[in-house]
Amino acid sequence: MGLTVVPSASPLIRISGLSVAFNGTPALLGIDLTVGAGETLGLVGESGCGKSVTWLAVLGLLPNSATVGGSATLDGRELVGAPASVLERVRGGRVAMIFQDPASALNPVHRIGRQVSEAVTLHRGLSGGAATAEALRLLDEVGIPDARNRMTAYPHEMSGGQNQRVMIATALAGRPELLIADEPTTALDVTIQAQILDLLRRLQREHGMALVLISHDLGVVAEMCERVCVMYAGRIVEEAQAGALFAGPRHPYTTGLMGALPPLTGPRLRLTAIPGRVPEPWAMPPGCAFAPRCPKRIEACDVSVPNLRGEDRRVACIRAAA
Amino acid sequence: MLRFVAIRVGRAALTIVLVVTFAFVVLRLSGDPALIIMSPDAPAEAIAAFRHAYGLDLPIWQQYLHYFGAVAQGDMGQSMRDGRSALTVVAERIPATLALTVTALLLKLCIGIPSGIFAALHRNGWIDRAVMALATAGFTVPSFVLGLVLVLVFSVQLRWLPSGGQESWSSVVLPVITLGAGGAAILARFTRSAMLEVLGQPYIRAASAKGVPWHTVVRRHALPNAAIPTVTIVGFMVGSLIAGAVVVESVFSWPGVGRLLVIAVSNRDLAVVQTILLLVASTMVCSNLVVDLLYGVLDPRLRVVTK
Ligand SMILES: Nc1ncnc2c1ncn2[C@@H]1O[C@H](COP(=O)(O)OP(=O)(O)O)[C@@H](O)[C@H]1O
Ligand SMILES: [Mg+2]
Repeated sequence: MGLTVVPSASPLIRISGLSVAFNGTPALLGIDLTVGAGETLGLVGESGCGKSVTWLAVLGLLPNSATVGGSATLDGRELVGAPASVLERVRGGRVAMIFQDPASALNPVHRIGRQVSEAVTLHRGLSGGAATAEALRLLDEVGIPDARNRMTAYPHEMSGGQNQRVMIATALAGRPELLIADEPTTALDVTIQAQILDLLRRLQREHGMALVLISHDLGVVAEMCERVCVMYAGRIVEEAQAGALFAGPRHPYTTGLMGALPPLTGPRLRLTAIPGRVPEPWAMPPGCAFAPRCPKRIEACDVSVPNLRGEDRRVACIRAAA
Repeated sequence: MLRFVAIRVGRAALTIVLVVTFAFVVLRLSGDPALIIMSPDAPAEAIAAFRHAYGLDLPIWQQYLHYFGAVAQGDMGQSMRDGRSALTVVAERIPATLALTVTALLLKLCIGIPSGIFAALHRNGWIDRAVMALATAGFTVPSFVLGLVLVLVFSVQLRWLPSGGQESWSSVVLPVITLGAGGAAILARFTRSAMLEVLGQPYIRAASAKGVPWHTVVRRHALPNAAIPTVTIVGFMVGSLIAGAVVVESVFSWPGVGRLLVIAVSNRDLAVVQTILLLVASTMVCSNLVVDLLYGVLDPRLRVVTK
């Protein structure tokens, strides 16, 4: 036997065939996805398509009512079904996650300094004064003004943008290799949104961590990400380098999303302009889930679910030129 | 924080004043005590003397001021039955009542809160279902029915425990269970729903996402938040420590404040009834005050006083 050379490009996270059902109702129908070290991946799709559930499933954060199938590996180690002790070290350690509504993602009865230092204590083995000092440094790093005094503030005494900065500081505490930002700016004002995105970009550069940016705002993803996955009704329907995707979307759903994108100068709107509605999870069509809304639909679309085809650029549509 | 405390204390004091006024008005309007205490065919001079002795012949507002002044000094008047101070008559009964109600409160807390938490953490499991079924039963059955059933089974049939009186420690058992069952059930249901509410909050998932082990998430992040609504109901239970045992004391002939109240009402012993009323109201107001202050301790969002 010769030496096996581990390819340096082996992904940090590899998700394959990941499926989730809540009390028997499917929500994810087989997701294949990789995230490389230091990479920025965008995940877009309408609300309810399974963007959050994908990453909650990877980190084992779904409630007991969820049945998770398939696989998700971190550096080759399986996370789906892994024991709690393994997952606890990964969460907030190698993989951190921040959420949509920062005000409700922080514990209302704990001071923010304590919430940050809790993560410091868990993942860095610091305690007492050292943990507090590190928490203060993190709050400084994410740009909380007058961080020393803000350590004793409660979340309700801070603005939404500041709370999101606190969440980011907490996420950085474990020096993660991957940060999953689940719609980090959806609940914030437009000007604050830009500041938070700038902050994420800066931190990603400085820490060299990978970033998964979940958003239903294509504009945000276009600005931030190298590679984009488009999700629809529990599946990935298109995946491409950001430039290529925006230059020429191949899946009719992606085209529809872009058509729904307002002009760059106008206000950003939610993506709702595609006619028709997402099928209910218990009434999925036998073929392509987008077919009922698709302008390019033909009979063959209703026969079976199209596979995600292609190498570098993947699309799940029989009408698309591969 | 000081303002927060001052406002709550002021509100509590005002409530007490209103209760005293209310007690005065209602009881003075409900009939002439002189005619009830003395037989109606007593000589007119005797009735007049009685009225004079108790200040019942003064204009009503003077009676009110006198009454208020007396109450402020802790003078609740004399029991019209035996002429002793009403406060003494009532105070004698308090230990017996507290022996029941405090023990029952401990029972409620020790059973209700842990089982509510446990049920919430094992939502829809068999333990949850069992706890909820018991809790539903416990809070549907009226306490006098439960009391009578317990007496029937444990005193009459099995002869394990006495059915009443205050002879030995064992006479406490049945009344305490009767008194505690309903409250434990209410507390279990309440704690469970408070916990479920909190466990569904985004900050719980966010705490897990930080890598906090589940038992620490429960202890450090869920319980302090679930305690906030639970304190309300516990406060209400503390507030009814004095008055909450009227029925049970009657069923088990327990010589406490509750039974005294029943007797005093049927005797129209004004001073005693008023004393009990004020005592009950003050306990309620005090426990409300403590609950309000505890809210401030438990929930930093409430410490801000909005003008
Ligand atoms: N805890 C849950 N219980 C039941 N269904 C859920 C739960 N969480 C998510 N779902 C369902 O899973 C689907 C995907 O949700 P989600 O991943 O949150 O969507 P989004 O893409 O907006 O993040 C939705 O249909 C949602 O209703
Ligand atoms: Mg989501």
